[in-house]
Amino acid sequence: MYLLRYIIYFTLSFFIVFGNAQAKTIVVKSGAKPQSLKEAIAMAQNGDTIVVQKGIYASHNTVVNKSLTILGKNRPVLDAQFKDEVLTVTASNVKIEGFLLRNSKTGDLRDYAGLRIFGASNVHVNDNILENNFFGIYISDSHRVSVTNNKVTGNNNRRQAGNGIQAWKSDHITITGNQVTAHRDGIYFEFVQNSHIKDNSSEKNLRYGLHFMFSNDNSYIHNQFKNNQAGVAVMYSKRIKMQYNQFNENWGSSIYGLLLKEILDSQIAHNTFYKNTSAIFMESCNRNKIYSNSFSNNGLALRVLSNCQDNNFTLNNFKGNTFDVTTNGDLLENHFAHNYWDKYEGYDLNKDGIGDVPFRPVSLYAQIMERIPQSVILMRSFIVNLLDKVERSIPSITPLSVKDDSPQMKPWKI
Amino acid sequence: MENIIEVKQLKKSFGKLQVLKEVNCSFGQGGIVGILGPNASGKTTLIKSILGMVIPDAGEVYFGGKPVARSFDYKKQIGYMPQIGRYPDNMKIGELFKMMKDLRNVHDNLDTDLISAYGLDAMYDKAMRTLSGGTRQKVSAALACLFNPKVLILDEPTAGLDPLAAEILKDKIHAEKAKGKLILITSHILTEVDELADDIMYLFEGNIKFHKPLSALKAEAGEQKLGKALTKILTQNV
Amino acid sequence: MFKIAKYIALDIIKSKVVMAYTLLLMAICISVFLTDADVTKGLVSITTIMLIIVPLVSVVYATTYYFNAAEFTELLVSQPISRKNILLGKYIGISSSILSAFLIGVGVPVLLFAFGSTGIILILTGSLLTLCFISLAFLASVAMRDKAKGIGLALMIWFYCSIIFDGLVLVFLYALSDYPLEKVLIAITAFNPIDLARILVLLQLDIAALMGYTGALFQDFFGSGFGIVFSFGLLMVWFVVPLIISLRVFRKKDL
Repeated sequence: MYLLRYIIYFTLSFFIVFGNAQAKTIVVKSGAKPQSLKEAIAMAQNGDTIVVQKGIYASHNTVVNKSLTILGKNRPVLDAQFKDEVLTVTASNVKIEGFLLRNSKTGDLRDYAGLRIFGASNVHVNDNILENNFFGIYISDSHRVSVTNNKVTGNNNRRQAGNGIQAWKSDHITITGNQVTAHRDGIYFEFVQNSHIKDNSSEKNLRYGLHFMFSNDNSYIHNQFKNNQAGVAVMYSKRIKMQYNQFNENWGSSIYGLLLKEILDSQIAHNTFYKNTSAIFMESCNRNKIYSNSFSNNGLALRVLSNCQDNNFTLNNFKGNTFDVTTNGDLLENHFAHNYWDKYEGYDLNKDGIGDVPFRPVSLYAQIMERIPQSVILMRSFIVNLLDKVERSIPSITPLSVKDDSPQMKPWKI
Repeated sequence: MENIIEVKQLKKSFGKLQVLKEVNCSFGQGGIVGILGPNASGKTTLIKSILGMVIPDAGEVYFGGKPVARSFDYKKQIGYMPQIGRYPDNMKIGELFKMMKDLRNVHDNLDTDLISAYGLDAMYDKAMRTLSGGTRQKVSAALACLFNPKVLILDEPTAGLDPLAAEILKDKIHAEKAKGKLILITSHILTEVDELADDIMYLFEGNIKFHKPLSALKAEAGEQKLGKALTKILTQNV
Repeated sequence: MFKIAKYIALDIIKSKVVMAYTLLLMAICISVFLTDADVTKGLVSITTIMLIIVPLVSVVYATTYYFNAAEFTELLVSQPISRKNILLGKYIGISSSILSAFLIGVGVPVLLFAFGSTGIILILTGSLLTLCFISLAFLASVAMRDKAKGIGLALMIWFYCSIIFDGLVLVFLYALSDYPLEKVLIAITAFNPIDLARILVLLQLDIAALMGYTGALFQDFFGSGFGIVFSFGLLMVWFVVPLIISLRVFRKKDL
């Protein structure tokens, strides 16, 4: 026991003494040497800390090629003046905090970024503001990068806007607590594995709030996606966890709260979909579990194409949607159970909370709309209501397979 | 004496049925004219044409020398008692009289003789829907006289009235005549017309068969009673 | 004119039918709002009910009242009052009472439970629909001589507008689904006041779904203020034109 304590003390004191002896702090201040971050990096050695004081510094692609802690004090500004990137990290074990990075170059040939992290690991980017950059934070070929509490605002330029936070060919990336707006895609992942996106808000971006492709084993939790011009799109990925996210007010034709394409073995749970033109659109998606989500006031809650198989839709609430489920064919291999449907008009004689007759969420009118989109003009007309009522009691056209045999009488608390 | 009402070449048909075939007639100021004729002879249509309630197909009606088509002011000088008077169900008698005064915007120089003679003022709180046909007739008669019009047009005035009420009405008609008013009456009760009328106008199938003083009619037929005189003349003519 | 309106309105208010209509509407609205916490869903239910009941009651009640008061009209015509004023007075009297019933029965609960642009559009639309169907009732009434035929025609108008018309549109769409019909469809809705009213409320409630489904033209129509102006304008036409025609017919009508 005594021996163990002795070893711990010894090791700790060794590190403290060694660290103090080696690491130093360099202060950057305008009007004194070093005048810029670039000069300070040149002077620094691995393990040093650079503190940049308040001021506006030109930074034409300052490269961080050493393991440094770089701190901004009173939010100094690094400005690329539209000439290059602002900051590039190529070394591992780097921390960048407290800066305002702005005005990267825009262009067609290269993806200029406010902050680029390339071929590095253990990089922490915390509490920075990025403004008016082509791309905000661009991570590629990197591992264990954490991007936390940054505010990333793009140039809102429809023709020349890059993504807010982009990761490419990386793994173990953590994106937490950021706000992204006015970029092309808020957050974009491609070939990214084992990563987590949590507590971010992505609003008013020019294309997708969140967009990822070929990125397996990731989780997306507690994010808010609102008012993005094309909603959220996730494609060609496996084993994704999407939970507790909010997909709100994504408006317009071919705009989706959540567009799922070739998504396999994933979980979509506890999300809120509110006032989207289409809440979830699924194409070629298999073996997913969609449960405990709330769909309210959407034009269309679920659009599931007939090439989707083995998906389970359970324990969800469907309230105030114009259409709950639509499809272009049959949904033979998909299962609906224990959902709450506000359009359900059945009864519960044995009082077990489950309706005694199945609910068929695909209305006849939805089928008609499928064939003749122009019949939108008849929405909510008496004749359409009448047809739907008749069809619900004597189904003949709507796909028989799409039914919930255990519709809930009361909504779930989600 | 100048004619107050002149009807010139009046034609009216309802569908294929020609109700009035070029009717020409005129009524002077003062006197009682009994308009007679079998059912569907066009009596009511003629009256309604004068009142502007029926729009003629051809011809004109003049009131005081002016054509009545498209005008309505002349109706101030006419009191009309319809065959069947029906009024807003929920209205009380008092409210009805009040409304008519309000609509016409006339509040003085009212003739309330019939109202008091029929004791209508005691029933002011009764709703119209609760009234019997006879009481409604009384209301209609009282309304027709209320504004002291120059001309009274009474369509079957005593039908449905009890004998006493009918007497009161006849007395009133006499009294109005005495004031120099023109009174047009249609009736099937010949004795009544006999009692009241100065002139008789007989309509048959949309034409005026004759229009002459009662005395002349009787003399022509050599009969004392209108009924008999009428039968005699009509059988002779046909 | 306004005096006549006043007396007719007073007469109608005393009758129990309009009171019953008010209470029915109010009961529906309040129960819808109380049983459903979601205001939007409540508005949807009320719209569905409103689009059926309001035209039906307006057209049938106005026609019935018109004929029940035929003798009263006769009395008025024998008075020194122009026919135009008589008919307009009747219109104002009947419509103001049915409209008040609607405003109290639907307007008050909607404003209390669902105050907002959707609620206001719903009230405006319902009011215009009421006026349109009373105009149509007047047209049916002056066109027909007896009560049974008048009410029959009124019911036909309602049945046509609420079911047959849309059924025909659906058949038409099925038959011609290969053609670009958007423009034609928008033009067609102009021929049915209930469709116009429905679209006005749809533009508020279901804009999400509309945006998802429709082609470019529909989107321009539905998405911009033009749809609202178009529908409101045409509802006004449906309210004014039948009234003007009935005035013309009434001027030459035998009583």
